[in-house]
Amino acid sequence: MESPLLQIKDLHKSYGSLEVLKGIDFSVSKGEKVAVIGPSGSGKSTCLRCVNFLEKPSRGHIILDGERVGVKPGSDRLMSDAELAPQRAQMGMVFQLFYLWPHLTVLENVSIGLRKVQGVPSNEASEIAMDMLEKVHLGNKANTFPGLLSGGQQQRVAIARALAQRPKLLLFDEPTSALDPELVGEVLNVIQELADEGRTMLLVTHEINFARDIADRVIFMDGGVVVEEGPARELITNPQAERTRVFLSKIEK
Amino acid sequence: MIEFLEVYVKYGSQWFPRMADAALVSASLAFAGFIVAFAIGLMLSIFQRSPLRLLRFVATIYVVVFRGIPLLAILFLLYFGLPGIGVTMSAFTASAVGLGLSFGAQMAEVFRAGLEAIHRGQREAAIAVGMTPLQAFRFVTLPQAVRIISPSMLVTFIVLLKDSSLCALITVNELMLEGRALATEYFLPLNIFVAIGVFYFLIAWPLSLLARTMDARIRAKQTRTL
Repeated sequence: MESPLLQIKDLHKSYGSLEVLKGIDFSVSKGEKVAVIGPSGSGKSTCLRCVNFLEKPSRGHIILDGERVGVKPGSDRLMSDAELAPQRAQMGMVFQLFYLWPHLTVLENVSIGLRKVQGVPSNEASEIAMDMLEKVHLGNKANTFPGLLSGGQQQRVAIARALAQRPKLLLFDEPTSALDPELVGEVLNVIQELADEGRTMLLVTHEINFARDIADRVIFMDGGVVVEEGPARELITNPQAERTRVFLSKIEK
Repeated sequence: MIEFLEVYVKYGSQWFPRMADAALVSASLAFAGFIVAFAIGLMLSIFQRSPLRLLRFVATIYVVVFRGIPLLAILFLLYFGLPGIGVTMSAFTASAVGLGLSFGAQMAEVFRAGLEAIHRGQREAAIAVGMTPLQAFRFVTLPQAVRIISPSMLVTFIVLLKDSSLCALITVNELMLEGRALATEYFLPLNIFVAIGVFYFLIAWPLSLLARTMDARIRAKQTRTL
């Protein structure tokens, strides 16, 4: 069997004496969509941010496509942010609060990574960026500035930006949590379309129904550990662990 | 009052060209000093954000020291003091360096305020697309910070321009020195120094108007993303 695209092994993260992640293990295969759900403070966002080392894990392994992330090969020394850059470039990240760059146009937001990180010539980078914007249905906004877009549009640009990296893996950190309810749908639709293309995704979300519909597998986290994981529909409609049941029952479906 | 103004009619054609030339020296001096201050300020603000303790320490010490020494003392040290250890500079160079060293400390604070105003997520997003910290600073954080602080930089420039008058005391032939020269030639110090003041004002005032417009525009433009 092919080894998984992403492996998380014994992942720990502490802030001072506060242990947020207490040994997380799971993996994501190529083309698989995995949703992580759980109550606030369960560590799910921290876990996602550890995958591309925006948070430095206190202990454990992150392995992307057979390569250990954030640690120098053949030693235990952590990489610097500069050394990490090529590995991070292989993972596209979508943030809860979008974090588009307001001083750049929408097109530049998407193309700058191609130009500066991947060394793609300017014309070509703009073309690819344009394709990505079409993919999120915002080709007509290419030359506007992000500040003039709605939250839903901004998040779709952020998704286009992540896609432009041609990433092996897409990371979504609660991509709809900061949106007005009427804007959630357009973003979820775009994510659904990407899922249908067979992209590999790791998605932290509060949208339980969406997780059920889109994900192959759901991981339920609470208190810094994985409580339960299983096929999406099964876990959400028929949770085994008591904690999962309590959590799901609290959420309005 | 009429008599006072008549003096300008009489001598204006002799004074004003000389004052204009000297004003140009003042402006270039301020500009050169500003470039040095900008470079030092930027470097210090990078040091202040460095993970290396030593660099942060250097930046702190620099700001404390240069804020505590009067500009004139720095100018005298550079122009009259340093030749004692074999370092000689032209009066203009010494002035530009002195202004730069002194205002570098202030620029560092201006930069710091600007950089702190940029949301942490901006840098994170840059790093997440695979930029190195340097690239993230260069393409994401810095351009936004410069935009935010451009009005305060302009104000700093105006203060620097006015303080460049001190360079007269180390023989730079800028406005103030020219004023003194004219005053001893024509024995009309009141008229001459009023005119000198007007020259400074004519450079500084449009700039401060510009700073105010820029500030208003930036405030209005805060249809911001995080």
